[in-house]
Amino acid sequence: MTDLPNSLRTQPDERGHFGQFGGRYVAETLMPLILDLERHYRAAQQDNAFKAEFDDLLKNYVGRPSPLWFAQRLTEHLGGAKIYLKREDLNHTGAHKINNCIGQILLAKRMGKTKIIAETGAGQHGVATATVAALFGLPCTIFMGAVDVARQQPNVFRMKLLGAEVVAVESGAKTLKDAMNEALRHWVANVHDTFYIIGTVAGPHPYPELVRDFQSVIGDEARAQILEAEGRLPDMLIAPVGGGSNAIGLFHPFLDDESVEIVGVEAAGEGLDGKHAASLAGGRPGILHGNKTYLLQDEDGQITEAHSISAGLDYPGIGPEHSWLHEIGRVRYEPVTDAEALASFQKLTKLEGIIPALESAHAIAAAERIAPTLGKDKIIIVNCSGRGDKDIFTVADALGVSL
Amino acid sequence: MTRFAATFAKPRPALVAFITGGDGDTAANLDALVSGGADVIELGMPFTDPMADGPAIQAANLRSLAKGTTTADLFAIAAAFRQRHSDTPLVLMGYANPMTIRGPEWFADECAKAGVDGVICVDIPSEEDAELGPALRAAGVDPIRLATPTTDAARLPDVLNGAGGFLYYVSVAGITGLQQAAQASIEGAVARLKAATDLPVAVGFGVRTPEQAAQIAKVADGVVVGSAFIDIIAEHGDAAAPHVEAFTRTLADAIHSAKEIAA
Ligand SMILES: Cc1ncc(COP(=O)(O)O)c(C=O)c1O
Repeated sequence: MTDLPNSLRTQPDERGHFGQFGGRYVAETLMPLILDLERHYRAAQQDNAFKAEFDDLLKNYVGRPSPLWFAQRLTEHLGGAKIYLKREDLNHTGAHKINNCIGQILLAKRMGKTKIIAETGAGQHGVATATVAALFGLPCTIFMGAVDVARQQPNVFRMKLLGAEVVAVESGAKTLKDAMNEALRHWVANVHDTFYIIGTVAGPHPYPELVRDFQSVIGDEARAQILEAEGRLPDMLIAPVGGGSNAIGLFHPFLDDESVEIVGVEAAGEGLDGKHAASLAGGRPGILHGNKTYLLQDEDGQITEAHSISAGLDYPGIGPEHSWLHEIGRVRYEPVTDAEALASFQKLTKLEGIIPALESAHAIAAAERIAPTLGKDKIIIVNCSGRGDKDIFTVADALGVSL
Repeated sequence: MTRFAATFAKPRPALVAFITGGDGDTAANLDALVSGGADVIELGMPFTDPMADGPAIQAANLRSLAKGTTTADLFAIAAAFRQRHSDTPLVLMGYANPMTIRGPEWFADECAKAGVDGVICVDIPSEEDAELGPALRAAGVDPIRLATPTTDAARLPDVLNGAGGFLYYVSVAGITGLQQAAQASIEGAVARLKAATDLPVAVGFGVRTPEQAAQIAKVADGVVVGSAFIDIIAEHGDAAAPHVEAFTRTLADAIHSAKEIAA
């Protein structure tokens, strides 16, 4: 018997630790601000008006609840467990990212902050942040690695249309982790008036907790929806994991349901022997961006570059709660390669008429692998975390098609 | 008496000089700092993701890593420095991940063996002291804490608890090498800090000229200069040592005599 706590849903502890992971590893300059953010978040959690405003925006602005779609043709094609898709792709701005941004901008407003900053990789979180900043009339600066700016031009233009300033980050490797470094640097110098909307369940406490809480609407809805459709809980959940926000959002409401198997999908890029972004499969615990978690790094603790065809999974770390769920064995994490994701991207598009984000296609690929091994009486919910319109250039390129 | 205590017992403010290990000819630059009059050396451990550093020190980190600098190299540089200079306090400054990756005890022991007197870890605030502090103290290495303009009176006791060597006052809320704090705000902050601790207080971030350094030295026990040295090394590469020494001398002269002029 492992010594599991009674509930897996009570993490983190008061110091922001999920087991040995998480915490607040930031420069002293930021520490008072992070403590302040935590105080305001605790107050907001107790405030019905905050919850009411959040729910109202999710319903009327984001378009929630998102449907739980029974993917009948995919199910028949695979010949095993029934597959349901949680349609986060149908949200305003096309992914789950907006759920978190709504929550955080309400916190920013509550704290009297007048400027918004965020980091982005593919640009999905940047677009979602620029969107809520426009909605609330707050100036917004998005930090994006110069390499990503070059390869995600449509999202860069979208952010600019929404009124955001996009800063191309030239430091380091010029991708997502460097964008996060630069956002932290900017924040340190502007703590008095600036709110940093972190895009995933990473960063110093309380970010991993509050992002998870805002994203848990995914799992809360899915639970009610599957009970209504099938009269019972699912047998398995599958979600893609970059930093891990869509995944934890789906998983968290089910963590204490022992009958529900949970699978997180890491991006294995060219394969675990080559360049990849699978922090759990290929990394070790370390400290970066304010928390302790599994990281891709060398023996001296220098951070190594991640690679995935999906820019949203292309990060050398993972949220601390996932590191903990991995170590206690509650969630199983499986790798899916670029090639597998690319195949599933096309398969779902042809079978269901749904173009998934490349991130989401990683979860579909895992479902394709697992569903045929399960009986037809089993039920799997896959998080379709976003839509794939943003990825058509990448996919065309990978397929050798010129647009 | 520890090297820190001996250094700060001198009746004059100290020049605390920072350079990044493995960027340029580090051994020669360290010797130049000492012969130019620096009182305390901070040796930066390069890291891929130096979140608290401005463009100059970021670039120094990348230059060093691009040359293949390892943690073992850093300790070799430190140990050799200690062989050549028995009295000058040596501080390693850097980020949590390279310091803790082999376990805090390993790191603390290596520091002790190399003759390192203190460690500044930018991203381990007092809340996470357990990550490194106990191992350092057990090995006789001082954990040097940072106080900032955002450190309020309520936090200060926690920041000071377990601190050693000297207290590093980061005079601007920001990253290294960019803005400079107003003299009045520095004077107020140093007075508050000195009322709360017996540790010497050194002030840094954004100090680039002998004039600024002299102003700060009127009220502080030490003045930290980093990016200005890094700029010299970036410009002159492996031949930077004479330039480093000359600049060190102008800073040291200004700092060492600051309180005489004031008196
Ligand atoms: C559609 C989609 N899914 C998943 C992710 C990965 O992020 P996370 O793991 O935080 O959900 C992203 C990130 O950009 C995304 O856009």
